[in-house]
Amino acid sequence: MADGTETPIAELRAATKRYGAVVAARSLDLSIRRGEFLSFLGPSGCGKTTALRMLAGFEVPTEGEILLDGQRVNDLPPHRRPVNMVFQHYALFPHLSVADNIAYGLRQRRPRPPAAEVDSAVAKALETVRLPGFGPRRIWEMSGGQQQRVALARAIINEPKLLLLDEPMAALDKKLRHDMQIELQTLQRTLGITFILVTHDQEEALSMSDRICIMRDGQIVQVGSPRDLYDRPKNRYVADFVGKSNFFEGTVRAVEGGSARLDCAGGIRVVGRPSEGVATGQAAIASLRPEQISLTRGEDGIPVTVVNRIFLGEHTEYLVRNPDLGQFLVLSSRQAEAGEGNFEPGETGRARWRDGAALILKND
Amino acid sequence: MRTYAIAVYLFLYIPIGVIAIFSFNAGRHAAQFQGFSTQWYGKALSNPFVMEALQTSATVATVSAALATVAGTLAALALQGVTGRPRIIFDALIYVAVMVPGIVIGISTLIALVTLFDFLNPVLSALWPLAGAAPKLNLGTGTLIAAHGLFAMALVVIIVRARVSGMDRSLIEASADLGATPWGTFRQVTLPQIAPAILAGFLLSFTFSFDDFIIAFFVAGSETTLPIYVFSSIRRGVTPEINAIGTMVLAASLVVLIAAQAILQRGRRRET
Repeated sequence: MADGTETPIAELRAATKRYGAVVAARSLDLSIRRGEFLSFLGPSGCGKTTALRMLAGFEVPTEGEILLDGQRVNDLPPHRRPVNMVFQHYALFPHLSVADNIAYGLRQRRPRPPAAEVDSAVAKALETVRLPGFGPRRIWEMSGGQQQRVALARAIINEPKLLLLDEPMAALDKKLRHDMQIELQTLQRTLGITFILVTHDQEEALSMSDRICIMRDGQIVQVGSPRDLYDRPKNRYVADFVGKSNFFEGTVRAVEGGSARLDCAGGIRVVGRPSEGVATGQAAIASLRPEQISLTRGEDGIPVTVVNRIFLGEHTEYLVRNPDLGQFLVLSSRQAEAGEGNFEPGETGRARWRDGAALILKND
Repeated sequence: MRTYAIAVYLFLYIPIGVIAIFSFNAGRHAAQFQGFSTQWYGKALSNPFVMEALQTSATVATVSAALATVAGTLAALALQGVTGRPRIIFDALIYVAVMVPGIVIGISTLIALVTLFDFLNPVLSALWPLAGAAPKLNLGTGTLIAAHGLFAMALVVIIVRARVSGMDRSLIEASADLGATPWGTFRQVTLPQIAPAILAGFLLSFTFSFDDFIIAFFVAGSETTLPIYVFSSIRRGVTPEINAIGTMVLAASLVVLIAAQAILQRGRRRET
């Protein structure tokens, strides 16, 4: 993929979008690599859709620049951008057949491509999205999942430089969503088109993306690979958004050699890796993933009472309570259970974690 | 409540039913049924005055509906971009145009046209460059078309705009995203989407013009439309021939109205 020297396929440079006094996107800087699968992740109203719409050309940035393949495209209207979008509710044309929907993009080209060429491209696109022979159908005869494939085929047939996906899975049920995620990922690898996905579903972003751009209040909080974000979140917001985590508040007592000590309520100490900007004497939080904590009947660790237990198959998730830290989650694998046995709700035990497992983060 | 409703419906529809029944009367009196016959239909259709009035009505209705549909559709599309106070003013004016009583429209249109012609005709004859007398602007088919077209335009705006505002905006964005120019988007997406409303607007305008008596009465000049013909014949007594004409106009109007409704419904159902 990107080796750092080639021009990024698309770039946002200090892109800002204001609607009157409201700032939908504030000085976004992002460079999108050729052929990657990038997701904008954040809650609704965080500016992720605005970012996508600026790339598509539906919104013109109030300040800053949008670049496609090194060219400034701020003033290029959507119909002249080599970018295609899969809309949230697909936006298929109800008065056209499936085949005519898919052929729409090709038929706008001047000079018009010959009919035979369009037909074979449509057939190929239908094959790609695994709907061969569905061309003559009407849109309303198709199920939600099929409509989404049609929307996808309608976009990829144009071989866009960027394929933008605006919460494309929001309207699908869970099972279908999962199948579609796998399919999208496979499709992206085979086609080599750069995919940009907007989603509020962290699992979706984590499972599909090469990189994730986490947004809040119109700003980019952190950009990185799913693993980066999971292992090295910049702050509490990212740690909370990417995967489940427990947060314990405390005061930083010492920072040295890539390790920090946090004193929490009741004299409980947590030692872990500090994130940037954590300094001695400050209030901070420790982030511990549920799977980093184990539940034992031994003497080590902090005393807890089991409040609730959820069986998840390979894992069991316990909600436990400590008088000082309050409630938190512990994820116990079947293997660990074999040694320690099940804990019943109401039972007491001890929660332990390895020194250094935690992350010490700024509380924002 | 139910009895009231039935009474209201009977009161509304019995006279219409009576007209339809008596149009098949074999006798020549309107008040006494003397056996079944379709002779009055034949008489009506072979009456040259009726046929001439019918032709005038059809011409006026077709042309005014066509003009109203084009202008009304364009207005409905343009009004999409108008917001805030100007929008409220435009909306109010359009609804008022539909609600103003026909007689008021008739009188005011007549006064406006006569004043205009009184001013224009001398100017025209003074400036006429050719030999012979200048044509004199007068009340007639043209003024009928203008008056009906103007009123029907408000109808078309209301019908088409309901459809335009109910249209999924993302379809237009999708079309642009796929490379269609604004004109291409209009032709390939917007127009097919609002076509049922445009057609329905045309049909409603047509029936409005075809059935209208009040406005036509004021601005027709020496022309006779079918409703005006019926009105003037009634002064000579109601004959089964008038009943036959009334029944035919009613049937034609109903067919067109039902067609318009069906088209609108179909368009709505397809959307979902």
